[in-house]
Amino acid sequence: MQSMPNVSGQLAEARRKRKRKQDVKRGIRFALSHLLLIAGALLMIFPLLWLISSSFKLDNEIFSRDFSFIPRTFTFDNFRKGWNSNPQYSFFHFFCNTLCLVGGVAVGNIVSCSLTAFAISRLNFPGKKLVFSIIILTLMLPGQVTLIPKYLIFSNLGWLSTYLPFIVPAFMGTQAFFIYMMVQFMRGIPGELDESARIDGCSSFRIYASIILPLSKPSLCSVAIFSFIWTWNDFLSQLIYLSEVRTYTVSLILNSLVDATSKSSWGSLMALTLISILPCVLLYFLMQKYFVEGIATSGLKG
Amino acid sequence: MQAQKPSRGKMKSYIEGYLFLLPWLCGFLLFTIWPIIQSFLLSFTSYDIFTPPKFIGLQNFVEMFTSDRIFKKALWVTLKYVLMSVPLKLCMALFIAMILSQKLRGIGIYRTIYYLPSILGASVAMSVTWKMVLGYDGFVNYFLGLFGLGPVNFLANPSLSLPTLAMISAWQFGSAMLIFLSGLKNVPQELYEAAEVDGARWWKRFIHITLPMLSPTILFNFIMNMIGSFQVFTEAFVMTRGGPVDSTYFYVLHLYRTAFENFRMGYASALAWLLTIIIVIVTAITFKISDHYVYYEN
Repeated sequence: MQSMPNVSGQLAEARRKRKRKQDVKRGIRFALSHLLLIAGALLMIFPLLWLISSSFKLDNEIFSRDFSFIPRTFTFDNFRKGWNSNPQYSFFHFFCNTLCLVGGVAVGNIVSCSLTAFAISRLNFPGKKLVFSIIILTLMLPGQVTLIPKYLIFSNLGWLSTYLPFIVPAFMGTQAFFIYMMVQFMRGIPGELDESARIDGCSSFRIYASIILPLSKPSLCSVAIFSFIWTWNDFLSQLIYLSEVRTYTVSLILNSLVDATSKSSWGSLMALTLISILPCVLLYFLMQKYFVEGIATSGLKG
Repeated sequence: MQAQKPSRGKMKSYIEGYLFLLPWLCGFLLFTIWPIIQSFLLSFTSYDIFTPPKFIGLQNFVEMFTSDRIFKKALWVTLKYVLMSVPLKLCMALFIAMILSQKLRGIGIYRTIYYLPSILGASVAMSVTWKMVLGYDGFVNYFLGLFGLGPVNFLANPSLSLPTLAMISAWQFGSAMLIFLSGLKNVPQELYEAAEVDGARWWKRFIHITLPMLSPTILFNFIMNMIGSFQVFTEAFVMTRGGPVDSTYFYVLHLYRTAFENFRMGYASALAWLLTIIIVIVTAITFKISDHYVYYEN
């Protein structure tokens, strides 16, 4: 009887010891993880840090031997020079061009993809499964196979050097990925909502416009943000469809500057590059939760 | 008998369904099906836009495998790129996702930073930046110089340019990482606890629990990234223009030059069709192989 507390005391002591050992082990593991993650994070963002610092440097400092992330001479000259580097149009013109293009595509995707996703997730009709399988298949279809005929179609319509080749297809739900993303989201909205609305005499369009759309706001935001960023960063189709400088986007003007830039104007090229990634970066930091939600619910390419 | 025939209300709701689908259907027919058929037909022709297409049978495909030296080079370069960039990207994504899936403090900040490169993606802006950073007197060589290494000609050396581009693509592992993170959340914690009680070391737990439970996610990431990698274009177009000595002359770059610089639309259509067929075959093989390894709970 007397030895009982002793034994349990020993047991408790042993357990405490083990726990302490585990805590130390876990502590070391966490410290190591953090160290690794910080090193990795620096590796991730060093090109951006370099870009930011170079934008404010004098041309001869950018590639100089004694490097420093903080410019020795701080200058805004690069922005002023770069802004007017094209003799005809200021950079603002190309920036607005890109905004128009990207805005049109984003609106088109929201409208067409939500209509299609609504039909697939909330309505019943024969052939629904087939339509959804087709959408999944087009998701995997490489865009190159339609590239040349599409170019010929748009060229015949006289749409080259306009934004119609981007915006019109967007209004017709050609970006299958966004349909898929919205279908996944709308399937999660409880079906009782439509049923009771239908009993109250609501038409399908009313249900779409005043019940499902407002409830799908997070998903709509994800679609808008991702179409913004993907269209902003897109290059190949802009290169093909837009050949007049007047209609150039930020991607195209940057591409044309890479070759034209002499060693004496790296600074202004860096400044323009910095400006051109700002919208996407800002959007990312402001709308972060939609990114994580959008990717986590659907699984995202890229 | 009554049940077989759709009632009036049902017919009406069917029609409504099709009405909602109408924009998509038009887009699908006009901008997907019709162009696919057209490019299939064009692939058997010689067509330079200015004169009407001329039927030449299989000659385009014969040319690819006989006289077009650049085609074989481009195909080989692209395959090598896919084999380098996809595994590298997925390994990085899984590695970081596993570290982040521990309940660490500040995980939100890390996630934000690690996903940031994927936002900028393969844009012209990022390609310009990488070109500068990796240049002979760029920042990376300055950094290597601090340790007495280099300078290395990352983009101008034919044997380094392709691995360098693969590395840059692996740098954008953010999307794959987020998908892995949500996959890791779904692995039942009891499995790890049970393994720990049995005394399984971390790498045993990784091989026998994490990998099998995550295998559908790995398959998804692999296929999506592989399809994307086959279509690589912007990086090579901006950074290397396919060089040096064609070491980064990717398939789509060849397609672009053929169609829009040499205006050989028929031949380029054949190239596009072959790319699609290659992607379909590789995807099918991947699915076939994955049957043995991918574990589905249901």
